[in-house]
Amino acid sequence: MTAAETIKKKFTKEKLHKFVFGTRERQGLGQQIAVYGLLIIIGFIFIYPILYMISTSFMDRNDLLDSSVKWLPSSLYIQNYIAAAKSMDFWKTLGKGVIIAGVPTLFNVLTGMIVGYGFARYDFKLKKLFMGILLFSYILPDQVTMIPTYVLYNDMGILGTIWTFVLPALLGNGINSAIFILIFYSFFKQVPKVLMEAAYIDGAGHFKAFFKIAIPSAVPAIITVFLFSFVWYWNESYLTEMYVQGLTTKSEWTNLVIQLKNFDSNYSTRATTGDMATSLNESVRMAATSLSILPLFLMYLVLQRQFIESIDRTGITGE
Amino acid sequence: MSKKEKKQKKPKIKVGKLEKREARAGYFFTLPWVIGVIAFLLVPLAQSFKFMWYNIRITPMGMIYNYIGIGNFTNIWHEDPEFPQQLVTYIWQTCLEVPIIIVFALMIAIMLNGKIKMRAFFRLIFFLPVIIVSGPVMNMLVSEGAATIPSMNVQSIVAAFDVFFPTSVAESIGEMFSNMIMTLWYSGVQILIFLSALQKVDPALYEAAKIDGGSGWECFWKITLPTMKPMILLNAVYTVIFLSGNEQNTLITMIESAMFSGTKEKGYGYASAMAWLYAIVITLIVGLFALMLGSKKDVYDRKAKKFKKLQKKEERMKRRVIRRGERHAKKVARNSRRYTTYDGSGDY
Repeated sequence: MTAAETIKKKFTKEKLHKFVFGTRERQGLGQQIAVYGLLIIIGFIFIYPILYMISTSFMDRNDLLDSSVKWLPSSLYIQNYIAAAKSMDFWKTLGKGVIIAGVPTLFNVLTGMIVGYGFARYDFKLKKLFMGILLFSYILPDQVTMIPTYVLYNDMGILGTIWTFVLPALLGNGINSAIFILIFYSFFKQVPKVLMEAAYIDGAGHFKAFFKIAIPSAVPAIITVFLFSFVWYWNESYLTEMYVQGLTTKSEWTNLVIQLKNFDSNYSTRATTGDMATSLNESVRMAATSLSILPLFLMYLVLQRQFIESIDRTGITGE
Repeated sequence: MSKKEKKQKKPKIKVGKLEKREARAGYFFTLPWVIGVIAFLLVPLAQSFKFMWYNIRITPMGMIYNYIGIGNFTNIWHEDPEFPQQLVTYIWQTCLEVPIIIVFALMIAIMLNGKIKMRAFFRLIFFLPVIIVSGPVMNMLVSEGAATIPSMNVQSIVAAFDVFFPTSVAESIGEMFSNMIMTLWYSGVQILIFLSALQKVDPALYEAAKIDGGSGWECFWKITLPTMKPMILLNAVYTVIFLSGNEQNTLITMIESAMFSGTKEKGYGYASAMAWLYAIVITLIVGLFALMLGSKKDVYDRKAKKFKKLQKKEERMKRRVIRRGERHAKKVARNSRRYTTYDGSGDY
């Protein structure tokens, strides 16, 4: 063996450095461990509340009091879920919640598409002013306009109906409508103008160009807006309680999130009338929480790709 | 001078038929939104501005307005001394949480942007909270203590900060630590925005930097961060707005309860005054972040412009030198001729 060969085979410091920290082209083992370790730890922290919620929701009273039971309940106890679902009136509330979130979302998509196209495609004098107002309407908190709007709905007599959500969405001023208009705006900006011009030369009018070219090309943006709008309307409890349910009138309209908000009082009133098996404890509350999350969670699992790639596709981040 | 200016002005072009028609179509397409803005934004805004100065009582006959000037604002100080306090706490909390969320989101996005197996899986986890975060769910989880990182002693942290900072700051810091997971949960959308922006950075830039011997660290500061700057602003504004409308925020529940409280002082006018204070604070915070993060041109543009300016200056100097040289040469030539004519050597 020559001297050069021994050096080659020897475990040198440089080699170790290369192995751990990597070279310019290749990630080293140390780097990889660091990155994966961080990601896994942070990921665990992220889903820790959910795991906690699920594990607690399956515990019966003995498990809750037993300090030796920490994560895994001793038996799969689903009585909590039954009680919580009964108290929340789960299926009926679910249906109402879908309507409350779904119908305004449809109008949000429709109006956002039309208005976004108008902003992206045409030049007119007041465009800059309008865009300024659009941004302003996003920054302005709802609370400022909430009180007069409440009075307006009251005067119109639509308080406590779903119209209080549909009407603003139809006119492009629903929850976070400004974002959706901006999403469509940035999306339609990317549609090459030549395409439109070709359509005009072939004799299409403004509307035909919109329906035949703009809408079919905007499918990714439509999916994004639909998903986000649905989620945001679904998770809105403050405005839903105020407008759709009507704080003072308390109409039939409700969704799972509101039911969860009033869960404690609802549950205790039901418990006193005597049709509840268990008294209120944290397992029942966690069961109610997981029930209110469940529908969107399933939707997320089914449509995960659409959700994750949504922001990529809309081109908010520029090309 | 004035003549020159007039000449430079563009000749006014009469708007053609096509432009007019296009403009009309533009107005037509944005019409629904314009109506909505007037009905649900501008008119209510004006109304609530008016409400602010009145004490409003609701009777079966309708609303009775009583002008009390700035009475509502003084009432807020008397009736709800908590409100201004909470407002200050809110400002501190937002100013603390936004940078944390932004930095955290950027960090995660950069890690996910590298060569990583199961990227889709990690993205799935980090985006999951976006689906879940709603006021009641968060309240439930917080009240059950699921939002705290278990082995963190918040009390001692607050005590430590209380020595150096005013109580409101220490309180907001403590609240942030006790709800650390929630703070991180708010960064789902931001991570995706950063990630999709990172994927659009030209890889040639990094390659060029590597060839010039730039390390990863340098690449981050000189390439990634400058290109991310507009996205950072976008995310900061988004985060502020999200935190402001979030139901975890006690301020908006205070406004709501003031709106429907039956006492004489409170009511619509009082709540409007609160809401305006709140809105002004939020606008100021957004403005602050916009000032801090937003520059009209990005760094490269500015540098390129500077360089061009410098080049022009140099060129001007060069020309001046050449001209001066020419002038000088002429002078010398003239002088030499003069001297040849006047030296009186008697050569001719």
